[in-house]
Amino acid sequence: MIEALIIGILEQGFIYGIMAMGVYITYTILDFPDLSVDGTFPLGIAVCFVMIRNGLNPWLALLAAFAAGSLAGMFTGIFNVKLKIRNLLCGILTMTALYSINYSIVGKASDFLSMESTTIFTTTAAFFGEGHLALYSKVIVIFVIAMIAKLVLDWYLRTKSGFLLRSVGDNEGLVITLAQNPGTIKIIGLMISNGLVSLAGAVYCQYGRAFNVGSGTGTVVMGLAAVIIGLTVFKKIKFLRVTTGVIFGMIVYKACISIALSAGLRSQDTNLMITILFIATLMINEFVLKKKKAGVKRDA
Amino acid sequence: MLKLSHIYKTFNAGTVDEKALFSDFNLEIKEGEFVSVIGSNGSGKTTMLNIVSGDIAPDSGNVILGGNDITPKKNFKRAEKIGRVFQNPSMGTCPSMTIWENLSIADNKGKRYGLSRGLNRQRRNYYRSQLELLGMGLENRLGTPAGALSGGQRQALALIMATMIRPDLLLLDEHTAALDPKSSDTVMMLTEKVVKEKKITTLMVTHNLRHAVEYGTRAIMMHEGGVIMDVSGDEKAKKTINDYLTVFNEISIECGN
Repeated sequence: MIEALIIGILEQGFIYGIMAMGVYITYTILDFPDLSVDGTFPLGIAVCFVMIRNGLNPWLALLAAFAAGSLAGMFTGIFNVKLKIRNLLCGILTMTALYSINYSIVGKASDFLSMESTTIFTTTAAFFGEGHLALYSKVIVIFVIAMIAKLVLDWYLRTKSGFLLRSVGDNEGLVITLAQNPGTIKIIGLMISNGLVSLAGAVYCQYGRAFNVGSGTGTVVMGLAAVIIGLTVFKKIKFLRVTTGVIFGMIVYKACISIALSAGLRSQDTNLMITILFIATLMINEFVLKKKKAGVKRDA
Repeated sequence: MLKLSHIYKTFNAGTVDEKALFSDFNLEIKEGEFVSVIGSNGSGKTTMLNIVSGDIAPDSGNVILGGNDITPKKNFKRAEKIGRVFQNPSMGTCPSMTIWENLSIADNKGKRYGLSRGLNRQRRNYYRSQLELLGMGLENRLGTPAGALSGGQRQALALIMATMIRPDLLLLDEHTAALDPKSSDTVMMLTEKVVKEKKITTLMVTHNLRHAVEYGTRAIMMHEGGVIMDVSGDEKAKKTINDYLTVFNEISIECGN
């Protein structure tokens, strides 16, 4: 029982952890409150859902979802950079448009994948055999995908292009003096971010085998909560990278929700719970910062 | 080298706050000159700098740099040839990135920011030697985030970064104004050294009359969008703070230091 609960927490924690890394890029690195995430997570589900339903390669579906999310992120970026729309509104616009788009992609408000459909879990199931290890097959596959996403992101943030991304949110003026267009860099950041969020959606699709047009609600708040838990709690552990902290943050978060649910919280109350937890984390964060007199410095 | 010709600029045009700052403003700066610009608040010094950098577009007129008309170019495009240090010490560096990362990113200016490693390990010793010249002990703190440095240290770092890849023109926007007197002098001495060594044409806006007297090859005083004093060479060398103050007092304005 406990084992199954923990496995469930880890499975969901790693899936949403991929999403949280995307939120980390916009919220912490770019300083861009991007609400597109509430639309790009179900976009990933939708793209993946249709590809799986049509019998296409489930791994390819992950890449396609990443590409679709990046494209949506590009639009958010263009709204902000080229059309000069305020950043918060840009995300809301993309999110709203995606609601219709996601519906059109699948053709229904909600649907299920048949049990015979091929997913990344069915293709790898044979490898884990029939024994006790089979219980862990999903979480291992999800873990590997999350680690690949994390390592690629870590690598990118250490490249020259990644350095520019890190400086644009910190100090746009510096990027201009380096003769680089800060707008282009912002768009790239939003593309990577929403690509990761969509990728998480695609993994979630194959994990849950279901599409629901409203399933994106609350994604961004969940992602932010994980980022803040990750940055606050895991900042002290020096040898860990921030991305690792963010994934851990999501696992902690999912654990809290699971415990609350098993303690009798009704599932329809989770969004309220999420909000309260989020505000609590923010306040703890504030308290910790004040206590340490760390000022306004941010971690990136 | 740099030419501002027939610049017109009116702020808040068509409102009760309408203010015509520049009407037919002209200025020419020769290759290798180090120009200090002084003047009261609202005299147009900073606006002039922003027109050169492309952060403010003039209503009409042209900005010519090295023989090319750069008026239609965006600020980040102009930055290919222009370096800049701002008044606010946090604007010249990236606070969350380390000193080493900051220097590496500045060292790559003019090249592609692609997918190769951001941190420049080959040039580590060069960075250390540059930091050593500051005498601030930063050479042993390459891994420290720039945000953890003092204002003076950050400004010194910003100056190294802005001139690491030699710009044709260096804009200094009251870059010592936010510092304490000692750091202010240190950064000013460093400025002079770098500008001389790399032979960079420099345009420096300052509130500090002493800096304008002691440094630079030419001094310009601005008032209400015009140049009311322009001295260079031997003539400038003979001027004392009192000479500037006299002119300043005539136009009854506050003065720095």
